[in-house]
Amino acid sequence: MENKPKKLALISSQGTLDWAYPPFILATAAAAMDWEVGIFFTFYGLPLLKKDFKATVSPASNPAMPMKMPFGPEGFKNFNWPMPNMLMSNVPGFEAMATSMMKKTFKDKGVATVEELRDMAVEMDVKMIGCQMTMDVFGFKKEEFIDEAEIGGAATFLEFASDANVSLFV
Amino acid sequence: MSDLKVVQTLDTSGLSCPLPVVKTKKALNGIEVGDILEMIATDPGSIPDMEAWARQTGHELMESHDEGEKFRFLIKKTH
Repeated sequence: MENKPKKLALISSQGTLDWAYPPFILATAAAAMDWEVGIFFTFYGLPLLKKDFKATVSPASNPAMPMKMPFGPEGFKNFNWPMPNMLMSNVPGFEAMATSMMKKTFKDKGVATVEELRDMAVEMDVKMIGCQMTMDVFGFKKEEFIDEAEIGGAATFLEFASDANVSLFV
Repeated sequence: MSDLKVVQTLDTSGLSCPLPVVKTKKALNGIEVGDILEMIATDPGSIPDMEAWARQTGHELMESHDEGEKFRFLIKKTH
């Protein structure tokens, strides 16, 4: 059991609230199992490294996303509201409403916030690599990111991932 | 259940994946080798997850109980 730890290499490429979860959940769970973990944040995943980030859900890009009410009796909460997301997402304020509904539902179900999960990942020494190319394209500066973030490119990630037991693109 | 010395109880009631596993690991960091941690969870996924966690970390999952509403685990820190 005391040989080389297992290794998880993740690519986080999506910055919406729903897609921000999987890499941080997997990273913290793996770190809790004594695995070595690295996440490469690229394209829309890169803002998740910002000290101050605001992830929202985008119902427009998730036509199958169930709309759940975070309040009311159990049957009301469990009901999937047949809101056509493609239409509703054009309504002003819909994204903000969907985001706060999702946050509330997650909180009620005892799910940690993305920020909390990221803090835990940092605490458990998860390696976080920000993509230099994406920084250049979107105009991010290293100072905007958490102090623990490293900067690198595809080769940096690939070297880390080269002997990983599990590699996932999210 | 005879002479088990539980040195700490961690209650993760109400918390979802991956928090029971992550908090268990954290709690284990604070106890001595040979000590036993009691963990309470309400997340039904915590049964297979704690079993997998124990296999991966090598710590001993001594007991894993489904007590209806709650799940109770006894974990011995082995290293």
